[in-house]
Amino acid sequence: MTDTPPLPKSLGANPLLSQWVRIHANGCVDIIPGKVEIGQGIATALLKMAAEALEVDPARIRMVRPATGDSPDEGVTSGSQSIQDCGRALRHVCAEVRDLFRAEAAMRLGADMAELGLDDGTLIGPGNARLSYWELADAVSLARPATPGTRDVLRTGTDLPRIDIADKVFGRPRFIHDMRPDDLLHGRVVPPPRIGSRPAPGQDLAALAGAGIQVVADGAFIGLLSPDELAVERAATRLREKVRWDGGAPLPDEASLHDWLTTQQVDPVVDQRGEAAAPAARTLVHSFLKPFIAHGSMAPSCALACWAPEGEPHLAVWTHSQGIYNLRADLSVVFGLPPERIRVEHVEGAGCYGHNPADDVALDAALLARAVPGRTVRMQMSREDELAGGPFAPAMRVDVEVDLDAQGALSGWRHTIWSNGHSMRPGRSKASTLRAAAQIEGGAPWPIAINMPPATGGGADRNAMPFYDIPARTVTNNRLTVMPIRTSAMRALGAFANVFAIESMMDEAAVAAGEDPVAFRLRHLSDPRAWDVIREAARLSGWGERAAVEGRGRGFAFARYKNTGAYCAVVADVTCTDEVRVNNLTIVVDVGEIISRDGVINQVEGGAIQATSWALKEAVHFAPEGILSRGWESYPILRFSEVPAVTVHLVERPEAPPMGAGEASQGPTGAAIANAVHDALGLRITRLPLTRETLIEAMELGQ
Amino acid sequence: MPTYELEINGTPRAVTAEADTPLLSVLRTELGLSGPRFGCGAGECGACRVLVDDQSMPACDTPVWAVAGKAVTTVEGLGSESDPHPLQSAFLKEQAMQCGYCVSGILISAAALLRRVARPTEDEVRAALDRNLCRCGAHNRMVRAILAASAEMAR
Repeated sequence: MTDTPPLPKSLGANPLLSQWVRIHANGCVDIIPGKVEIGQGIATALLKMAAEALEVDPARIRMVRPATGDSPDEGVTSGSQSIQDCGRALRHVCAEVRDLFRAEAAMRLGADMAELGLDDGTLIGPGNARLSYWELADAVSLARPATPGTRDVLRTGTDLPRIDIADKVFGRPRFIHDMRPDDLLHGRVVPPPRIGSRPAPGQDLAALAGAGIQVVADGAFIGLLSPDELAVERAATRLREKVRWDGGAPLPDEASLHDWLTTQQVDPVVDQRGEAAAPAARTLVHSFLKPFIAHGSMAPSCALACWAPEGEPHLAVWTHSQGIYNLRADLSVVFGLPPERIRVEHVEGAGCYGHNPADDVALDAALLARAVPGRTVRMQMSREDELAGGPFAPAMRVDVEVDLDAQGALSGWRHTIWSNGHSMRPGRSKASTLRAAAQIEGGAPWPIAINMPPATGGGADRNAMPFYDIPARTVTNNRLTVMPIRTSAMRALGAFANVFAIESMMDEAAVAAGEDPVAFRLRHLSDPRAWDVIREAARLSGWGERAAVEGRGRGFAFARYKNTGAYCAVVADVTCTDEVRVNNLTIVVDVGEIISRDGVINQVEGGAIQATSWALKEAVHFAPEGILSRGWESYPILRFSEVPAVTVHLVERPEAPPMGAGEASQGPTGAAIANAVHDALGLRITRLPLTRETLIEAMELGQ
Repeated sequence: MPTYELEINGTPRAVTAEADTPLLSVLRTELGLSGPRFGCGAGECGACRVLVDDQSMPACDTPVWAVAGKAVTTVEGLGSESDPHPLQSAFLKEQAMQCGYCVSGILISAAALLRRVARPTEDEVRAALDRNLCRCGAHNRMVRAILAASAEMAR
């Protein structure tokens, strides 16, 4: 007897075949994913998996936009889980649907199931007798639960062109920002400068806003409405300058961030593995710092909302949130409405790279719309609020102690993190975490970000446990229980800082052991897939072959995302003058089975370029009064002329389960750049970003 | 309110608006075009860029009075699915984006470059796009697509 594999995870909560797929008599197929398109191309990858399993022409398939009540609840589109969760579920469901039709056709044609051919949804029996899915659509009920089991699925191996790209190249309406229903009102908000700030009493907001602008004020929530977008935009700009605010939690001093992180109240979690076999011959110690980083979506967050004009309250929301059911849960708490009285529909926004203000702005829209029942309100954030008011990737301090034994092998590793939590997403706690929920009178307490449990990839501790073979490893994760700067999930979560710290220390340890960094890593790895990406990256980059050139350096780094996901090795080539320029990144990735080759390359390369931007340029600036980086001038990101050449190589593993690609490259890229700077200048950089100021500071410390 | 005569994507249009109304607001709100995107409102990100005559300009902080009598081209005016501009065809072929919010403005800056320099070098392409931001990291694909389009146009 063979073991039947369990159903894919997403089918547990959404077991009915009809929740995922609809076959229509007119020859069309609806695929209903629970994961959303956030510019990563996932809708096309899922469409491909469904088309292969159903054995139909992809052109027949319409991807249904996820909406609460209509779509499977797959939680949040995050953590590189969409192929693992939604893709595997769709593949399972579609293969089972295919076999149901096959069985029905076999019965009607009086044939054996196995002898039926299948061509684009048409089953072909002996004597060329044919019956199609479309003819049988009404006869085969899909309102039945998926059953466990393994079914063979066709793999075409060819990429489909992305289904969303033509709209974007020709400027057609596609984004939520382009939705213009009739009778629309435009909304803007005037955010407080700090957590807990309240408008100073005695201000006439209506007079400040001016004629034709409706003010919706509730506690520290100040919103404006007008049918005229330009008028409301200008009124909001005026109020952002004029409204006076009292109180609120002061922010820390940016210059003292490294010390501030270790002097706050914390909730520590210790994860200890193994025991030291022998006392250390030598211990290396460094303290690393990664600043707060902004998601920096190209589009300001936007949402539309409309309350039923009369009768029982009902709220409709259009959002680019990563989790429509989670958002609905929070809206339900804020408005005291049962969830089924709220419909949340996803509409594409710009890339979000994690929990940006998409959810916050949906509550803003709903609060504004409550003042005008029956009217649709379109709420759009300002660029300033998008960069300064949304949740950030938390700052992290990581102190590492590495023990080497007398033979130069790693014998112990202690990794200690201080960071705010990496999740403040809605739908996960009793009180709402949406920004305005804490602003309105009698609203929720200001939330403190948490870390998701290690089983789901962790938060600040993501990739903190070294993947290397080390007899004794300890990770202490100190989550701050104060949060004067709002933080939440951003692409790769703690992995970016942890891999930066670990891979910097691996280079330091290799030097201490008198060994090549690549050979040193391999000596401490027993996973053959790790070996393959590392050796391939070394080979492709000609590691160890190039002559030393003044100011030029190369660095190596490796990580397996979450220690359970995609494998990635990066070689960075940099030139250091008074600034760091990344010339080249050579990247090798193993994501298991490749669903969309071009999609994987695009995600890995994009992730590496974004991480180059984080590593070289990015830090949220702040002072006790509030956030100071409020535009692209004060929050610069990598520009076209600064972008390195990137080569991505994929390891072929058609037999291995597919894994997400969107967050594999960030950690190793940042670390490889830091190691390349060390190779070029002999300076161990422990503080990001790698700006001119950081280099000067490191040189002064080194002398 | 004054009325301004503009040429939008080859068609003369009369627009009645306050003189300091941003061109982007006229394009998106009055004329119903969705190609130029609002990104920052300060001319810093490039998502809203349009051609004014042959120059790439941020529509978000260009007042309508400044373009009176001029030819304004948005991404919709570059080409359509049935008659695409070589840049649009190349972006489709290279799948040159991730989220695509920045793409309208990047196509416009690239079109302005190709009007000025028929066969730019890679460095010239990158320099011409330095006022356009892309957050997804699709830069290198876009540069490849622009170089391919320039080669195609020279054939």
